Amino acid sequence: MREPLIFDQGRPGRRAPSQAPGVAAPTDDLPAALIRRTPPPLPEVSELQVVRHFTRLSQLNFSIDTHFYPLGSCTMKYNPRASNKLAMLPGFLDRHPLEPEGHAQGFLECLFELQEMLKAVTGMSGVSLTPMAGAQGEFAGVAMIRAYHVARGDAGRTQIIVPDAAHGTNPATATMCGCDVVEIPTGPDGDVDVDALRKVVGPQTAGIMLTNPSTLGAFERRIAEIAAVVHGAGGLLYYDGANLNAILGRALPAAMGFDVVHINLHKTFSTPHGGGGPGAGIVAVTDRLEPFLPIPIVGRRDGQHDGQHDGQYCWLAEKDRPRSIGRLSGFMGNAGILLRAYVYMRLLGGEGMRRVSGFATLNANYLMKRLAAAGFTPAYPQRRASHEFIITLKDITRETGVTAMDFAKALLDKGFHAPTTYFPLLVPECLLIEPTESEARQDLDGFAQALIDIRDLALRDPAEVKRAPLTTPVRRLDDVRAAKQLDLTWQSRHPARPAGSHNQE
Amino acid sequence: MPFIPHTADDTSAMLDAIGVRTIDDLFDEIPAALRVDGLPGVPAGLSEAAITRLMRERAARNVPSICFLGAGAYEHHIPAAVWEIATRGEFYSAYTPYQAEASQGTLQLIYEYQSMLAGLTGLDVSNASLYDGATAFAEACLMAVRSARGARSRRVLVPRYVNPVWRKVARALLAGQNVELVELAASTGRTDLAALGALEGQDFAALCIPYPNFLGGFEPVDELTDWAHARGMLVIAACNPTALALLKPPGEWGTKGADIACGEGQPLGIPLGSGGPYFGFLACRQALVRQMPGRIVGGTVDVEGRPGFTLTLQAREQHIRRSKATSNICTNQGLMVTAATIYLSLLGSEGLRRVAAQCHANTRSLVGALTGLGGISAPFAPYFHEAVLTLPRPVAPVLGKLAAAGILGGYDLSADFPELGHGLLVCATELRTAEDIDAYRRALAGVLGVAVAA
Amino acid sequence: MSDVPRQLQYTKEHEWLRREDDGTVVVGITDHAQHQLGELVYVELPEAGRALKPGDAMAVVESTKAASDVYAPLAGTVTGVNPALASQPELVNTDPYGAGWLVRVRPADGGPAGGLLDASAYAALLDAAH
Repeated sequence: MREPLIFDQGRPGRRAPSQAPGVAAPTDDLPAALIRRTPPPLPEVSELQVVRHFTRLSQLNFSIDTHFYPLGSCTMKYNPRASNKLAMLPGFLDRHPLEPEGHAQGFLECLFELQEMLKAVTGMSGVSLTPMAGAQGEFAGVAMIRAYHVARGDAGRTQIIVPDAAHGTNPATATMCGCDVVEIPTGPDGDVDVDALRKVVGPQTAGIMLTNPSTLGAFERRIAEIAAVVHGAGGLLYYDGANLNAILGRALPAAMGFDVVHINLHKTFSTPHGGGGPGAGIVAVTDRLEPFLPIPIVGRRDGQHDGQHDGQYCWLAEKDRPRSIGRLSGFMGNAGILLRAYVYMRLLGGEGMRRVSGFATLNANYLMKRLAAAGFTPAYPQRRASHEFIITLKDITRETGVTAMDFAKALLDKGFHAPTTYFPLLVPECLLIEPTESEARQDLDGFAQALIDIRDLALRDPAEVKRAPLTTPVRRLDDVRAAKQLDLTWQSRHPARPAGSHNQE
Repeated sequence: MPFIPHTADDTSAMLDAIGVRTIDDLFDEIPAALRVDGLPGVPAGLSEAAITRLMRERAARNVPSICFLGAGAYEHHIPAAVWEIATRGEFYSAYTPYQAEASQGTLQLIYEYQSMLAGLTGLDVSNASLYDGATAFAEACLMAVRSARGARSRRVLVPRYVNPVWRKVARALLAGQNVELVELAASTGRTDLAALGALEGQDFAALCIPYPNFLGGFEPVDELTDWAHARGMLVIAACNPTALALLKPPGEWGTKGADIACGEGQPLGIPLGSGGPYFGFLACRQALVRQMPGRIVGGTVDVEGRPGFTLTLQAREQHIRRSKATSNICTNQGLMVTAATIYLSLLGSEGLRRVAAQCHANTRSLVGALTGLGGISAPFAPYFHEAVLTLPRPVAPVLGKLAAAGILGGYDLSADFPELGHGLLVCATELRTAEDIDAYRRALAGVLGVAVAA
Repeated sequence: MSDVPRQLQYTKEHEWLRREDDGTVVVGITDHAQHQLGELVYVELPEAGRALKPGDAMAVVESTKAASDVYAPLAGTVTGVNPALASQPELVNTDPYGAGWLVRVRPADGGPAGGLLDASAYAALLDAAH
C-alpha cells in the first residue's frame, strides 16, 4: 500500500490542458530581469493521474468518516455533510470578501445570528468570530486582558497563571502576548490547588487561563472560589473552551466567573478538522472586555429609520471599534468554517446542544466504567468523567514494558484511531479518551474489548504488542532519522538534477 | 436526536452500568448554583430540509457580479477535481497527523505541498502552512527577528506598498513582543531606492519586499535584497504565488536570494469564500528551518526500511516547548493545503505560468480599455495583475454605482493611500473575458457620463 | 545508574564543568540529563564571544520528544563550542563527559561561581530524585 510521490509519476510535457488557458499570453512588457528562467518543479501529470493519486492518498488516512477516533481533547464527532454542502453554496463561496455589504446580507445575517447563539451558550455579552483557530482565540483573549489592564493604567500586570495540566498553547500564547507564565500545581483529586493559587496572585497578576472541565477530564468544582481569588487580586479569568462540549447547555462560563472564553468551533460545533485545520477559535467576553474585541464584528443597524438601512447587517471595524486589539486575519477569519458551525447549531437547536453534552458525558462515563471493571486504572477513579477521561497504563508498563504508545499503535491494527497519548503531562503512561456523543454503545464496547485484548496480549507476549502496527501503510517510523537527516522536499532528494528537468528519467 | 445514535434501551443499559438514574445525574459535580436548564437564547432545531431552504435563500441574496476586485483575494478558475477530492471524508474528517502510521495520506500530501511551495519560491524548505497571508507575514517578521542573531534588532523595515491589512494584522500580533514595523516610504508605485540613504546607521532585523506590491507593481528586488544583506538584515519576500510561476523566485533575488518567503495561498485553488478559510505559506533557507513556526513534515523510513512520512522538528512547537515555543500555532490549514496541492498538480508549471500570463494580459487590456475614459489615467507601470487607476472624482460613489450595475469595480485606495488622489486598484484574472472588460468600460462610461465608441 | 565522574563540578540543572589548565571552563550536560532527553537530534550552541551571566540560556539540546535549555553555570565569555555536534549531536549521548562537551567559557573576573556541586553532592541529588 504505497503511493509514489506525484513528482515521480510525471512525464515531460504531460499536462491537464483543460485547466489552463490554451495559449500563453505575451508578457513582453515585463522587465526581462524579473522573468523566471527555470520553471518551478511542479509535477507533469494528467488529470486522471491527479485524481487517482490524491484519492489513493486519502485512503491511507484514518478519519471520523472511516474509523472511531476517540482522540481526547479534540472532540472528533461526526461532521454533518449538510454543514459542508450548505457552506459551499455558490452565493457564499463565490463572494469576494470586499464586496459591498448590500451584496452580502444573507451571509452577514448568518454570522450575526451565530454571534447571538454563541453569546447564549457562553453567557457572555460580546462575540468576535475572527480568530482562525483555538490558538488565535487564546491570543485574542490574553491580548484583550492585557489591553484592559493597560487601559486602566495598570500595565504592570504581566503575569499569566496556568495550571500544570494545561495544554502547551496556554503558556506559548502568554509568551506571544508579552506575559510571563506562572504554573500552579494540581491537587491529587484533579482540581487546581487553590492554596497554591492564593500564594501566586498579586498586583502583577494579569489573569489565569483555565480549561473547565480540565484536561484531566473533571469539572473544576472550586471554580467560584478560584474566580474570587483571581478577581480579588485584580486579575481576570480566561476560559479555554477546548472542553465546552462537556457542559454545553449545562453551565455557562460567564456564570462561573470567567471574563473571556474562546470556543473551538471545530470541536464543539463539529466543523471539520481537515487533517489539521482550518479551525475557528471565536472569542466571547463580558462587558468589561467588550470594547477590546478583535475586528471585524457583524452589527445590525437598528432604529435608523432612513428607510434604507434599518435592519441591515454591517461590518463593525476600526472606526466603530477604536479600542479593539485589532485585526487577526486578512479579511473575516475562516468565514466558511463559521457558516458550517452555524448550520450545525441550527440543526441541533438549544435542546440538541444540551443532548450533546448529556450523551458525550454518558459515553465517557460508560466507557470509563467498563474499562475500570475490566481492570484498567482510571487516573481519577473517584471523579465523575466529563466528556473524556484518562486511564494510566503505568502498572502494565512496569510489569510488561508495554507503554501507552504501544497500546496506541496496537489499537490502529484493530481499526481504531488511538486516543491522545502522554497528555496531560502529569499522568504517566496515559491515554486521554474522548468518545463523543456520536458513537453508539456497540462501538464503545468494541473499543473496550480491543483494549482488553491488547492488555491480555501484553501480559502473554509483550514483544508482539511492541511490533504493532502491522496493518497500516507503514509501520513505526524512525523519528530520530526524520529530525537528523532532514528530508523536507522532493527536490532535496534529487539535488543533482537541475530545476526544470525534474521529470526526465 | 440529531447525530446521537442511542436507543432508549442503550441509554438505560449504560446508565445502569454507570450506576446513576438519569443523564442529568452525571453532572452532579457541577455546583448546583452554576447549573442551567437549557439554552433559551438558541432557537429550536431544524431538519436538514429546513436548514437547506434557509441557507439557499440567504446565499441567493448575494448579488452575482463580474469581479474586477483583488486587493489580496483573487478569483481564479478552480478545477472541479480540487474540491471533489479535498472534501472526501478521509481528508475532511481526519485530524492533525499525530499518529503517523494512520495518517500517511495527509503526511505525504503535506510533503508534496512543501516541495511545491519551496520550488515556487526558490527556497529550500516550506512549512505545512499557516492561517492566511496576513498571519504568515506576521510570523515571517517574528521569525526574522528570532533569526537575525547578529543584528539583535527587533525592528523590521516594511515598505508602504505591503498590503495595508497585513501590516495592521502584524501590528496586532506583534504588539506584545516589542517587534516594531518601520514604514519605508514610497510614492512612485515602488520603493524609492534613494530613500534608503536616510536609513544608514539604523539597525533592522529584516527588510520585507512585496512581490508584486499591493499596487500591482514591481519593487527593485535585486537592489533591495543586496542592500539589506550588505547591512546584515534578512530579506522577507511577501509574494503572490500565481506570479511566481512567471517571475523570478525570491530565492534568486540579488546576489544571495531572499531568506524567507511568505504569502497568501488563496489563489491556488481556494474559493473567494467571503474571506476564508484561506492559507498562508512560509518558506525559508535551510539554515533558518529551526526558527520556522508551524508544522513541518519530513520523510523517513519505518522499522522495515520502507519510506514514510512523519511530523518532524516538533521540539520547536508549543506542545513540547510550551512558553518557549516558536509560536503558539497548533495546526496548519490542512484542508486548504489539500486543495492547493491538487490544484498545483493539475496546473503544473506550464499551466500556472499560462494562468499568470493571462492574468497579466487581461489586466493590460482592462487598463487599456479604461484609461482615457473621462480623464482616467494609469500612473504606474509595469504591473502584474493589478494596477492603479486615477479617477477624476471620488472613487466610492463610482464603485457604488458600478456595483448596482453588477460590476465589482475594484478597491478604493483613497483611505490607505490618500497621496494617490482618487486611486482605484483594478484586477483582471484569467477568468475575465473581452466581453467582461467591455461591460466594465461601458458601465464606467455611464457612471462618469462620457460617451464610448461602440 | 548514571555515571558521575569525581573530578568534575555540577549544577542542579544537570550541567557539568571542568576547569582547564589555560583557565577556561568546559561545560556539558550530565549522563543523567542525556538519558532523560533521549537520543539528541540537534544542539544549538552560542556564537563565540558571547558574554554570559549565570543562568542565561546559552544552548538548547533537542531530541524528538523534548527540547531543553542549557543554562550558563558561571559568568564569562564563550571562547569556543564543540564543532562536532553540528553533524553528530548523538555524541552528547554516547560520550557526555568527553567528545560530547558543549561550550568553552573564559570565566569573568570576580572569583569562582557559587552554588556548584561536587560529584558526591550531585550523586546525592540524583538519588534523592529517585
